[in-house]
Amino acid sequence: MTRQQIADRVATAVLWAAGILILLILAGFLVPILTQGLPVIDWTFLTTRSSSFRAGGGVGAQLFNTLYITALSLLFSFPVGVGAGIYMAEYAKPGRMTDLIRLSVEALASVPSIVLGLFGMIIFVNYMGWGFTILGGALSLALLNLPVLVRNTEEAIRGVPQSYREGSLGLGATHWQTTYKVVLPSALPGILTGLTLVAGRALGETAVLIYTAGVTVARHFPNPDVMIAGETLAVRIWSVTSEGLVPDADRIAMGSSALLIVLVLLVNFVIALPLWRYRRRMR
Amino acid sequence: MDRVRTADRIARAVLTACAVLVALVIAAILLFVGSEGLRLFADVSPLEFFFSPVWNPPLGRFGALPFMVGSVAVTGIALLIAGPLGLAGAIFMAKIAPGWMRTVLRQASNLFVGIPSVVYGYLGMTLLVPWVRDHVGGQGFGVLVAGLVLAVMVMPTILGMSEDALQAVDPAIEEGSLALGATRWQTIWDVTLPAARPRLLAGIILAFARAFGETTAVQMVIGNSPVLVRSLTSGTSTLTSQIIMEMGQTPPGSPWNRALFMMAFGLLVVSLLMILLVRWVSNRGVAR
Repeated sequence: MTRQQIADRVATAVLWAAGILILLILAGFLVPILTQGLPVIDWTFLTTRSSSFRAGGGVGAQLFNTLYITALSLLFSFPVGVGAGIYMAEYAKPGRMTDLIRLSVEALASVPSIVLGLFGMIIFVNYMGWGFTILGGALSLALLNLPVLVRNTEEAIRGVPQSYREGSLGLGATHWQTTYKVVLPSALPGILTGLTLVAGRALGETAVLIYTAGVTVARHFPNPDVMIAGETLAVRIWSVTSEGLVPDADRIAMGSSALLIVLVLLVNFVIALPLWRYRRRMR
Repeated sequence: MDRVRTADRIARAVLTACAVLVALVIAAILLFVGSEGLRLFADVSPLEFFFSPVWNPPLGRFGALPFMVGSVAVTGIALLIAGPLGLAGAIFMAKIAPGWMRTVLRQASNLFVGIPSVVYGYLGMTLLVPWVRDHVGGQGFGVLVAGLVLAVMVMPTILGMSEDALQAVDPAIEEGSLALGATRWQTIWDVTLPAARPRLLAGIILAFARAFGETTAVQMVIGNSPVLVRSLTSGTSTLTSQIIMEMGQTPPGSPWNRALFMMAFGLLVVSLLMILLVRWVSNRGVAR
């Protein structure tokens, strides 16, 4: 074997090792959460209100708030994000205005979540005078979702073959008719993939919510009032470990961590499954 | 026919409004966070804020140097680990791994992204901190564990963007190299990597931005003492962790509050610079 061939073998071995190491690191994180966290999750844990001092509290209210805030944030961001994405892909003409919007989207995507949290605090907590509210948290979280939705929608729409549009326009349809009836249905799987991405991030977000939705929960739950503070599961993990007074903080944190990961996987699955069937039907 | 035309016009207006709204959001963030932060300099000199290592708000000392150093340190450690590992993983995925292994790694990468940052922080706190305390020394809390946790968090960014970059290289030039008798590794090293360099660099820069702005995970393992970093394993603080720790105790409009907002504005400016840097790097790649 020449030196070059030896170098090739060594490099191949090292790269295999890197790939395997990445898998081992993931296992190193997932295994402790799932083995220690999943046993904590039972009906009581999921439905009991949390306690500030005593052991044995659950995360029922936090679970409700997590789903509620995530859903509201998607409700606010999805129409605007998808609308802006359609605009960028179908309507924007090359020029300074389009460049500026594209730069804004990229810039918004790079804003650290803590900065979004502080912005939400200035606007909703202080300026509007709402204090810590579920609504303020969901609106701040919507800002985190927006750029991802815009970019994902734009890419999905750009992936639609030009011949589809030409066929529709050739038949006399307007630009919007073409977009709505031809382009959007074929771009839908890509757009919804963006939705799972955003939902997964929103479910586990903390820095945006700590100073907008707060770290307390309603006395009774489920409470659909959006003008009260609402701690989520992820924020609960943070608050219970960093300033918590409950003796079983580790149990709650581990259980909540496992629950969050299950939720993220579930969202992916729930949206991915119909998508897969939709893709088959489109073919 | 008229109704269809009207619908067309309304749709265009609504969609344009959506795009303009997104652009206005970033402008509003810059304006509000910036104006809140910059007003600090009415009470505190910029010289003290940027260069003094003393952070003692009750005594009116607002030196943010320890947090800037802390942020740079944890980000640097994270990239030193995640950069080579992520790049190696990407080369493996793009050029060497068999199909099934590529699928496994891609799913693994998605799972990494799906784990919330607070969970990374919590595991860092319960697993890595005690391990470092026993095997490396010190308190355990500090820039080393924070860097490790961040490395795991930004690795999928580097892995994904680098793999895309390597896949985008024109196969013809790689085949040319192989046909001339180069080994696979020579081809990767001398042909593929240089051709993909601008996009590889863009991935590293985005990973930097992510690590620099990460908050909760860092705050849980950094130790939260507002002093300059002394060793890898003693408590310090970063821009993000200090904001999340102290924002709740400061009255709006006080110098302390504004100092924290100024730190947030600094984070914002750095992340915008990173975006411009990514653009510059990518454009240079196209020009060549």
